[in-house]
Parts: sequence; structure tokens; C-alpha cells
Amino acid sequence: MLKPKTRFSNLSNLFLPLSVLAILIIINLIKGADYFRITVVNGAFYGNIPNILFGASELVILSVGMTLVTAASRGQDISIGESGAISSAIFVQYVLRSGNVTLWTILVGFLISCVAGIVIGAFNGTLVSFFNVQPMVATLILFLGGRSIAFIIDGKVSPILANEISNRIGTVIPGVPIQTPIILTAVFIVLVAMVLKATNLRLYVEAVGINPSAARLNGINPKRVIFLTFLIMGVCSAIAGFIAVNKAGRHDSVNLLKFIMMDAILAVALGGNSLGGGRFGITGSILGAYTIEMLNRTLLRLEVNPEAIKVFKAVFIIVLMIVASPVVRAFVTQALDKAKSIIAGSPLRQTGGTADATGRKGE
Amino acid sequence: MGAVSATKPRTRLSNSTLLFIIAGIIFVLMYGFALISYPGSFMQFQTFFDLFNFNAALFIVTLGLCVVMIGGGIDISVGAVCGLVTMACAMLLELGSGNIWGALFLALGIGLAFGLMHGFLIAYLEIQPFIVTLGGMFLAQGLLTTLHREPLNVTLPAFVALRNFTIEIPWLGTVNRLGIFIPCEIKPGVIVVVVLVALYAALMKWSRFGRNVYAVGGDRQSARMLGINVKRTTFLSYVICGFTAGISGFVFLMTTGAGNIGNGSLFEMKAIASNVMGGILLNGGVGNLLGAPIGTMTLLTINELIRAAGVQSNLQAIVSGLLLYLFIVLQSIVMSLRGSGKFRLALPSWLKSHQVQDK
Repeated sequence: MLKPKTRFSNLSNLFLPLSVLAILIIINLIKGADYFRITVVNGAFYGNIPNILFGASELVILSVGMTLVTAASRGQDISIGESGAISSAIFVQYVLRSGNVTLWTILVGFLISCVAGIVIGAFNGTLVSFFNVQPMVATLILFLGGRSIAFIIDGKVSPILANEISNRIGTVIPGVPIQTPIILTAVFIVLVAMVLKATNLRLYVEAVGINPSAARLNGINPKRVIFLTFLIMGVCSAIAGFIAVNKAGRHDSVNLLKFIMMDAILAVALGGNSLGGGRFGITGSILGAYTIEMLNRTLLRLEVNPEAIKVFKAVFIIVLMIVASPVVRAFVTQALDKAKSIIAGSPLRQTGGTADATGRKGE
Repeated sequence: MGAVSATKPRTRLSNSTLLFIIAGIIFVLMYGFALISYPGSFMQFQTFFDLFNFNAALFIVTLGLCVVMIGGGIDISVGAVCGLVTMACAMLLELGSGNIWGALFLALGIGLAFGLMHGFLIAYLEIQPFIVTLGGMFLAQGLLTTLHREPLNVTLPAFVALRNFTIEIPWLGTVNRLGIFIPCEIKPGVIVVVVLVALYAALMKWSRFGRNVYAVGGDRQSARMLGINVKRTTFLSYVICGFTAGISGFVFLMTTGAGNIGNGSLFEMKAIASNVMGGILLNGGVGNLLGAPIGTMTLLTINELIRAAGVQSNLQAIVSGLLLYLFIVLQSIVMSLRGSGKFRLALPSWLKSHQVQDK
């Protein structure tokens, strides 16, 4: 009995990012009809769509972690870019010091950077869950100091990661038509989907986010769940840092993943998730992340003055949030109901309309 | 800090007052430590005044953000708005035939416009404050870079006079190596800070609006039940924050005298950190407005200390992060001990009468 309802609310959550995607695609098609054209260069696909998938890979991974953190702790982690910078600095150092670079080296380096990410996540998570600090304040510490830590690990300005395997991870493996970051992101999304399907993580996180005291009375330890989400966030930022550093080919501790937390939080909100915690939809966040990348590239494609890109982005965000705001939505549903009842004039339809409205309000 | 007494104080200290007292103690300890370790520089009154002289804009931004944070919201656009105001005013003063009053009105107008936009979207359309002010931040940053990319020095004589204007305090000062007495100097921005602190503290403590902000920040639902106009209170708090950011932009320009893209960058984070150090929680409903300047002073003293210690520039950020960490943990421990009823602050009787301000 519950299943259809959850499906319905999930769909209405996806309504916002999907409609925005549609609008962006229409704008792009008006600009040039060859928007979807994909060319094959050296055996790999290139074009607008692969570029968006390629460019958004770190953002997608971070927004997945951010969704979990937001849902459980009712706050945001603003240190994800810094955490990615630190863990990737460790990865780069490991690779550079181990002379002969093989696939094995890269893998071990990646695992070490994941451990570093977990340690960072544990640091933030301890503050948030056990010391009851608001997530934004707790992660402010690393936000302020993180880049300096990454710089000290680097030891010098932007060490260069020049080896065959890193280059392949950052761009494309010969013989595989899809760029490697896209594949890695897809694998990550599948893994997350499997974890959410197989474990009780979603239930626990939502329970804690909706009401921590109620969750505790039901035998869920809210502190442990929040701590766990921060650990997952740490792993996510390590993976994102790994992809970013391989893409760039060098580790720039100042600019790597700079201010990406803003985009990640935006992606979570665009995906129809409340920033106040509670129920969440990973699909929405992923779509939201791709939407943001598409928006950035659309503005570039429309040849907007690079200085003015932020203005357009801001106006877009504000208009979008106005359209999606609960007040406007309720107003529109009410107006639609009225119009429906005037047209039909029968009480039967009216009840259908109100049921629809309550369904929307409930999500 | 371990003043645990068996006797119950007659009236329980409110959380705001407790956090404020902790912030004050930390600041005094911090400054005392600075005085002991580096008497050469910190003993001079000028060092203390310079904290205000060079960071007046940060003090003002923190004040505005404090009102919003007590109301349970957040405004991350303040730094960008401050930067935008400096550039817009610099352009008006430099390119047009503008005068100082025109620039001042422009500054207040920009701040007010951002405040109104944020307030309306957050209070009446019920959009999440973080996203709205993120949009505002992007808008301000984008406008700033669209206006002018290169640093712009204001050369209008009247403004240069205002920039270089200092107030000397004849009875305070230091004697330099040559034996010449140098009086302490304060800039006009400091007076703005002092006036605004007094004004806002009075507003938050004695006006109906101030009490409403505390109520809304504590619990929106209860505030509504009490008959408080929650939406209008939220709206006004954001308007005040935007307006204050406008003032801070003008003060920033008055201090540096140039419009620059980097102006006011990361002010929002510094302001949040200052407020947290001053005992104002992000959850809302808790905090004393006077904590905002004290928190800012603590943050600036820490930075000055690190600079005086000659630490490598990269370690500076790490050390200040670490100190913030210690501070947050201390605050949290005190609050949780208090929550479990094991902690009572033994106050001298003359302090007990100050507990008017309730949560």
C-alpha cells in the first residue's frame, strides 16, 4: 500500500531537476541544432553530452555524500573541497615517491587517500555527532585550515602527476569509447544504489533526520548514524579528489575543487531535497549535479561574458527556487484546482484535486 | 572554568549569558596571553586600536550576521555584498561626478536591496536561507566582476581626506625610540562600529523586534503560537543584515580607499567563526549581540598572535583552525554539562542582576 505513494513522491521530487534539464536542452537546441552530436576522436566519444558527464563527475560524487550528510545531520559539510584536496595530496605523494608506477601503486594510493578521507570524515563527524556542534561550524575549521594542510603535504607548488595510468584515469583508456571519469562515476552510482537497496542506511538516515529523539527511542543511535554519514562523505570527497587530480594531471592545492561545496549543496537542493534534513532522494541530487554542470556549459555556449556568468547563474538559481518554493507551488495547485472545478463543475473532480494537493504537500 | 558550586544560584543563567561570559573570558585570556608573550607590540594601545582600525568592516558584517543567526537563519552573501559595495562606490566616486553622500546612499541602497530580496524570498516564499543567500552571493560576486576587474583607487580629494582622517587621542599613546610622544589614532570607521554595536545591542535587548528575533530563532512554532509575526521578523532580520553589509562596504572603502575584486572575500566565513566564538549559535535563539564584537576581537587577536609568533603563513591557517576547534569543543562541553545539570557557574552576586535577557 505504501509503495505507490513513495514512488509518486519520488517522481514529484524529480520534477524540478528534470524540468530544468528540459529547459536547458531547449535553450541549447535553439542556440544550435547540433547539440546532441557526438563525434568520435581517437576511438572515444566527444560532444556536449559526454563533456557534461565528464565535467560533472566529481560534483555528482560529492553531491551524493552531501545528500546523506544533509539528510542525517540537518546541516551541510562545507569542507568537502578541502578534504578532497588533502586526500588527493596524500595520493599524489604516495604515487610520486614510489618510483615505478603500476596499476597496483595507483590502487594502493587510492585506498590510502580513502583512509585519509575517512579520517577527515571522522574528525568532522566527531564534532557534529558527539560534541553536538552544528555541521557548518564544525566543518568551517577544515574549510579554513584544510588547503594549508594540503599545501604542506605537497611541500611545493603543484606537484605534477605525469604517468601513463593517471593520464588514462583522467582522460580515456585506449579501446574504451567512454572517458574514464564517466565510467568511475557510473560505478560509484551503482555501488551507492546497491548499498542503499541492500542495507537499512536509507531508513536510519531518514529516521534520524526527521526526528533524532524519536529515532533514539526506536533503537537507532542517532550519533552513530550521523558519524557514519560523515565517514561516507569523507570517502566520497577522497574519490572526487582522486578523479579531479587525475583529470588535472597536477595537484594544485589552492584551486583543486575550490568552492565546490556551494555547487554540491545547490545540487542537493535542486534535487528536491530539504536542506533541513529528513527524507532524501539520491537520484534527484545526481540529476541536480548534472543540471548545474549543464547550466555552466550552456552559459559558456551562449557566449555569455565570463565575468557575467555568475550573475546569470545567480538569477537562474533564484528564479528556480522561487518557482519551486512551497508557497508558490501551493498557490499554483490551488489555482489549478479552482480552474478544474470551474471547468468541470462536479464535486467528484474537486476531491481528486485536493488529494493531489495533499500528496504534493506531504512530500 | 571549573567553578562548580553546590549552592544553586537563585535565578538560572540563560544560555546566552553563559556563552557570552565564556566568550569574554576566552578573549581576556587570549589577550592576556598575548600581552605576556609579546609585550613589545601588544602593550601598546595602538595595537589594540588597530584591531578596530583595519577590521572595522569585519566587525560590522559580524553584527548584521549576528542578528540573522540569532533568528535561526544564515546569510552567506554578506562578504560578497560588502565587496560589491566597495567597487560600486569606488566607481561612482571615480568615474562619475559623484560625491561622498551619493556613494554612501549607493552603499546603503545596495545593501538594502540585497537584504530586501533575501528577506522576501526567505520569509514570505519560504525558501531555504542557505540557497537564497548563495544565489545572492553569486549575484554580488558576478556584478562585482562585471563592474570592474582591475583594482580601482579612489582619488577624489574629498574622499581621500575622509580616508586619511584620523582622530587622535592625546592622553593615550607611546613614546618612540627618539623620545617623541605619538598619540593613538582611531579611524572614523571605529566610531561607526561603536555606534552600531550600541544601537544593535539596544535593539536586540530592549525592543520588541529584538525579543521577537530571539523567540523566532528559539522555536518558530512556539513563536507563532505566541502571536509573533514570524514572517515579518525573519524578513526584517535579513533586511537589517543586508543593510549592515552595505554599511560595512562603505567602511571598508573608507579604510582601504580602493575597490578591488578581493574585497570582503571570505568575510562570511570569518563572520560566522567570529559569531560562534562570541557564543552565538547557528541554531538560533541563543547568543548575546555583544558577543559578536568580542568574538571578532578574539579571532583577530589569534591572527595577530600567530603573526607575531612568526609562524609560516601556511601554518597560520592551521593554527587558527585548531584554536577554533578547541573553542568549539570547550563551548560544547560546557553546554552539555549544563544540560545534564552537573554544571553551575558560581557568580558573584553583583553579576546576578544582569540576567534579564532570557532565551
